Amino acid sequence: MTSVDVRLALGQSIDDIDILTALEDLIPYGFDGTATLKERPLAVVFPRSTAQVAAVVRWARQARVPITSRGNGTGLSGGSVPIAGGIVLCLNHLDRIIELDRANLTLRVQAGVVTQDIFNAADAIGLFYPPDPGSMKISTIGGNVAENSGGLRGLKYGVTRDYVMSMEVVLADGSICRLGTGCVKDVAGYSLRDLFIGSEGTLGVVTEVLLKLLPRPAARRTLLATFAAMDEAAAAVSAIIAAGIVPCTMEFLDRRTIRCVEDFAHVGLPTDAEAVLLIEADGHPAAVADEVVQIEKLCRDHHATTVRVAADAAEATRLATARRSAFSALARLRPTTILEDVTVPRSELAGMIRDVEAIALRHDVQIATFGHFGDGNLHPTILTDERDTAEMHRVEAAITAIVEAALARGGTITGEHGVGLAKKPFLRRQLGDASFDLMCLVKRSLDPEGLLNPGKIFDLPA
Amino acid sequence: MSTPVPSPKVAPGPTRHLGAMDYSVLQQCMHCGMCLPTCPTYVETKLERHSPRGRIALMRAVADGELAVTKAFGEEMYYCLGCLACTTACPAGVDYPKLFEAARAEVEEAKVLDSPKRNAIRATVLRGIFMRPRLLRFVGRLLWIWQASGGQSLFRRLQLNRLLPSNLRRLEPQAPTIRTRFSHQLIRAIEFPIEPKPARRVAVLTGCVQDLAFSEINRATVDVLRANGCEVHTPPVQPCCGSLHAHNGDLASARELARRQIDLIDPDQFDAIISNAGGCGSHLSHYDHLLADDDAYAAKATTWSRKLRDIHEYLVEINFRAPQAQPSPQVVTYHESCHLCHGQNVSVQPRDILRAIPGVELRECGESSWCCGSAGIYNITHPKTSAWLQDRKLDHLTATGADIVATANPGCHLQIANGLHSQGDEHTTVEHPIVLLARAYAAESD
Repeated sequence: MTSVDVRLALGQSIDDIDILTALEDLIPYGFDGTATLKERPLAVVFPRSTAQVAAVVRWARQARVPITSRGNGTGLSGGSVPIAGGIVLCLNHLDRIIELDRANLTLRVQAGVVTQDIFNAADAIGLFYPPDPGSMKISTIGGNVAENSGGLRGLKYGVTRDYVMSMEVVLADGSICRLGTGCVKDVAGYSLRDLFIGSEGTLGVVTEVLLKLLPRPAARRTLLATFAAMDEAAAAVSAIIAAGIVPCTMEFLDRRTIRCVEDFAHVGLPTDAEAVLLIEADGHPAAVADEVVQIEKLCRDHHATTVRVAADAAEATRLATARRSAFSALARLRPTTILEDVTVPRSELAGMIRDVEAIALRHDVQIATFGHFGDGNLHPTILTDERDTAEMHRVEAAITAIVEAALARGGTITGEHGVGLAKKPFLRRQLGDASFDLMCLVKRSLDPEGLLNPGKIFDLPA
Repeated sequence: MSTPVPSPKVAPGPTRHLGAMDYSVLQQCMHCGMCLPTCPTYVETKLERHSPRGRIALMRAVADGELAVTKAFGEEMYYCLGCLACTTACPAGVDYPKLFEAARAEVEEAKVLDSPKRNAIRATVLRGIFMRPRLLRFVGRLLWIWQASGGQSLFRRLQLNRLLPSNLRRLEPQAPTIRTRFSHQLIRAIEFPIEPKPARRVAVLTGCVQDLAFSEINRATVDVLRANGCEVHTPPVQPCCGSLHAHNGDLASARELARRQIDLIDPDQFDAIISNAGGCGSHLSHYDHLLADDDAYAAKATTWSRKLRDIHEYLVEINFRAPQAQPSPQVVTYHESCHLCHGQNVSVQPRDILRAIPGVELRECGESSWCCGSAGIYNITHPKTSAWLQDRKLDHLTATGADIVATANPGCHLQIANGLHSQGDEHTTVEHPIVLLARAYAAESD
């Protein structure tokens, strides 16, 4: 089948469906936010209703054409990179906020609504949608659900899964079903909703989501601490948690990241520091004020070299600049930037950072690490050049070593980016055979023809 | 782990501009998508082809020989406003201006957009009028005679514009009002600071449109520099800076104009070279890149770029004196010229200057750093998108309730003034921040 065939056939079977097949349109849909991955689709299709999504899925099944569903293509594991010979089902025109329910604190949206718009809609009436993936200014909620995206607030507020109450899904046979309800308590049968969250478009196409909202925290305070050793930063984090304080975010930068950030953004970080912690507490003003005093004391007790507490919002923004510019500062250094997201139990984080440093040295690659200390999710960032074949081999070896080190520490191969294509080789090792086979069984049951984003998360054994 | 995708070379030989450039500039885009929500053409269409990362993917495909320089490619490169909002949003620091200019040069070389009309316009405007400053002033003078003699108002009263072809009919009311006196008639070649001992020696660039339609802004620029201890040199006949040429794929003419500019104003003789138009300044500050391969000029061009300053940037840098006049209450909102904020990273300084003026209340508008749709000659080539952006801009500006819209680029100035006029708003005025500052200095002696 060619692009022209797809255009003709789809155009004939579905009224008013938007299809792009020109080479100048296919090239820009050949990738998502993942470094070095690309593939050319046969066509890009833009449904404008759930009914059209269902019609496209039915057509694809009959024509035996694989489908990759996609929002705004910001994923970091290759989940929405097209399949050769397949079509892209782009849901970003399904972008309506359907209903904001203040009595039940819920928001019903179409899959293509941008995460930031969801946050803003809630914020405008004093409510709060906590998940804040790094790409939230442009990522869509459908993509967030498909990848079960995290963000900086994971420690206290959890991830996308914790805010999905129900969803509308188009299944592989083109039927439309609702999973979950608007009830806070609901134990009717299997939680199929949870099965679809994080399924990366391999089980169905999410078209609509009912989200849970929270009241907006009344106060927020920010604090930045520097340490002469990563272990001391880790000890401070453990002490804060042990004291019964759950900050909204606890972010860290390692030595290499600190130096890059200072070179790039000149935010006044001591370049001899081994670790920086950016901590944010939110909640009732009195509670926050008390927590900040305790956090500051605990940081000093654990040998923080400096501690700065922001006096106001403007200063908080300045302090947060160090963390916010981490990725930008690193991404400028080399032509190719690969963002990793292995995650370990919090207590293993300092050791894991040491492992990464040793691996970088052993494989002679440039790696700087920053991430979310509170939830053990680290982002070793590999700076390289995809044209340098020899270096790319070393990079691959280093990534394998990082993943193995994380698994050895009881961690996971991905904390928030998803498996997609990037982490596929490691999935069985993490899950074990029985669990891996169970996943394959689920996939075969729900998508017997294997047309929904095939080859993502895992390759089905023959 | 991700594996690198080798780039198959299907076309013969690399293309002259994209194919020949340092590949790492193309590669620097990691297609993360952070540029998408800031790109007006993406927001208008929600299609990747019309986004910065989509365009870069197409450029890279051309460089890799996977895509020929097609008409669709050409149209895409000209659908881009060149507003550079993407460069501010880009975490990886992609040099989009360089890519954009190379891509347009590629399009011109491949002649995929050629038509007799387009070629004639380009020959007249780019290689004719805007290469010859005296001819440009002559054309400006003719236009002034037309406007001052009453010819234009008679023409409009008699509705003779119905006789014009449709695109000219639309443009006629947008033509700027030409000033009675051009810059050289307002500014002496050398003017001395108000304080007797000059602390600094600067050159002022008068621009093309600025010279004809906003010469009082140039006068104000000289005034505020004099008020801040500068000896000001303003050569009476200045060539176009070449930004129009570089942005429209004519890099050869752009280089020629840059050389003439450097011949006229030797950067070694000045502490700073001052631009007061966002669009010009952004281009002028890149002469070092433009002439990097020119053995005779590369060194001078590097000095030039190092000394080139936007007027607001320079005033803040030299710790300008706050005017001490009696406050005259005025509510001002600030629209950022794209090439001032995204192209030169000058965003805080114009606001600092406005706030320093006694009586000014600065009210921020929404999307202050969004393009107003002027974008060089974009309002002529893409009227629909331009009008959409103009409306969006006016909505934000009028929502502030400000009496004055301050902006520092002639294209934006005209676009906003024309928009206000066509909405029937005869109250709100558009001013350059430096004109407001000059007025405040002048009011000190009142």
